[in-house]
Amino acid sequence: MIVIRTPGRLSVRLQPRVLAVGTVCLLLTLAVGVLAVGHGEYPMSPTDVLRTLTGGGSPAEEFIVTQLRLPRLATGLAVGTALGLAGAVFQSLVRNPLGSPDVLGFTQGSATGALVVVAVGGGSAVLAGAAALGGIVTGLLIYLIAWRRGVHGYRLVLVGIGVSAILTGVNGYLMTRVPLMSASRAMLWLTGSLDGRGWSDAVPLLAALAVLMPALLACAPALRMTELGDDAASGLGVRVQRTRMLLLAGAVLLVALSAAAAGPVPFVALTAPHLARRLTRSPGVTLLPAAVIGALITVLADQVALRALPGQLPVGVVTGVIGGGYLVWLLATERRAGRL
Amino acid sequence: MAALTLLTVAVLSMAVGAKPIPPGEVWHALTDRDAAEYAVVRELRLPRTLLGLVAGAALGVAGAAMQALTRNPLADPGLLGINSGAAAAIATATALFGLGGGTGQVWFALLGAAVVTVGVYAVGGGRTATPARLALAGAALNAALYSYVSAVMLLDAAGLERLRFWTVGSLASADTGTVLRVLPFIAVGLVVALAAARPLNALALGDDAAQALGARPAVTRAAVIIAITLLCGAATAACGPIVFVGLLVPHLVRALTGPDLRWLLPYCALLAPVLLLGSDVLGRVLGRPGELQVGLITAVVGGPLFLALVLRTRTARS
Repeated sequence: MIVIRTPGRLSVRLQPRVLAVGTVCLLLTLAVGVLAVGHGEYPMSPTDVLRTLTGGGSPAEEFIVTQLRLPRLATGLAVGTALGLAGAVFQSLVRNPLGSPDVLGFTQGSATGALVVVAVGGGSAVLAGAAALGGIVTGLLIYLIAWRRGVHGYRLVLVGIGVSAILTGVNGYLMTRVPLMSASRAMLWLTGSLDGRGWSDAVPLLAALAVLMPALLACAPALRMTELGDDAASGLGVRVQRTRMLLLAGAVLLVALSAAAAGPVPFVALTAPHLARRLTRSPGVTLLPAAVIGALITVLADQVALRALPGQLPVGVVTGVIGGGYLVWLLATERRAGRL
Repeated sequence: MAALTLLTVAVLSMAVGAKPIPPGEVWHALTDRDAAEYAVVRELRLPRTLLGLVAGAALGVAGAAMQALTRNPLADPGLLGINSGAAAAIATATALFGLGGGTGQVWFALLGAAVVTVGVYAVGGGRTATPARLALAGAALNAALYSYVSAVMLLDAAGLERLRFWTVGSLASADTGTVLRVLPFIAVGLVVALAAARPLNALALGDDAAQALGARPAVTRAAVIIAITLLCGAATAACGPIVFVGLLVPHLVRALTGPDLRWLLPYCALLAPVLLLGSDVLGRVLGRPGELQVGLITAVVGGPLFLALVLRTRTARS
């Protein structure tokens, strides 16, 4: 650990390993991003991509890159960042590596919102809005039900699981109410897909990230202290319940908006923070590395889905399979270590 | 009392539907070949009612056995992912081999249920596992299996058409064949579970005390795991993944019988079908002239009760 002190009272602590891991992952993400933009019906070499991005391409290349491929990449990056960040906050709040929004019912809420729109009929903008709304309402509901002179980690988990089970039933019912064509559209959305995403999908989430990411990062020290337990954290001057509510609100917003942009991409929020913690070997919550790794996983999974797998599989299938395998491994090892 | 309630619900289940039949005439319609309602009752509602009875008993007993085995008040075959495991196996079978039902489906369901039961028990059976941790592990498994099932459905449009009705959980597809196919598995499961009631009681005192009382903990655990697998796998194969029945019924019944499993298990077997069939009847009444799937009703009715349970007990603190 390196501590930089300024002549004033400001001091910054840096952990070299965290910094290194973050930088490496960021560079990797950018590299995958450049390769992703180069891939398609009209292949472009990485140098061409970089030249076009810096403004030196032909009008055709310019169009392909900025209008067709960059929006998809931007959506993927934004969704991954949002999910990684939100996942890290959730896992820290409920103090369990399994406490991700997929498990706690927020994703199901978004799905319910979207399915209602599919059943009633509506364009993709309405669908995105309904998904975001469904996620936010579910988050609010879970928070209110779990509230009893403050919200504690495990009550949140159990209430979330209950709500998620109810919503799964409701979603299954809605799936049977729509004609088959709409059902496959809904299914594609429910799996999480980046196909055909334009700037209009990416921009709301990017805007939200621009506001919420600094806010959440500012709360990180308080979050780290609440991991000591409510009493110890209060003793150290953290307003526990207020911090928890703010962090939860921010994380729920990020999850809901990312569901609106790309559907509920599964398990990124579960795996990213965990990988971040392992790679940085940091004892506590690591928000920024989790966000970077989330973006890396999402973009990488999208490329795997596009290039390596047959057919038009959406990104959610890849993250789901990777996440599921990771989960099984996690259950096996963490249990042995008694941390679960 | 319990048997009477069950009988009432069974008669109601035969009487209520798109064509209502007065309860008094149900018996007449059942036995008299010439009665106008013979076909409706005999071909549609009788198998459905029987399936409800059998599957309900299976889920209720499995839930109670599971709560005893893991010593965990929140254990439920649906919440812990066992039903989803069976569902995932069936989805795989449907997509890969084009299996559309039949005995093969039951075997696949059993396989899926067995894998998840052993897995969840390995995670949750240890001394350090609290109710919340077990529930969380189960929910995570559920999420993983759910995303797997959706991926399978996405790849195979025909599979989607069949599976989307099945994954809600419904008794509607029942015919006599379905009931007969799952009946042997459930019967064996019930017998094993009921036979294990006594040693399970002893296990509640801890392994050492149980051994002193003459029980063999390892054998009992293995037997109960097999029973749970049989019950959940067969029930899921027949009517899809249904949550909350296995969780709620033991809690409600415990208020009647106390914690003694020798009483608790049989009463669960009697009263769980009341809940399942009752939900099914409710779905038919609410959804007129069609119906609402029973899986939706149990989720919507059972979910709030689960939340109440969580908030009332001290399990949330750990």
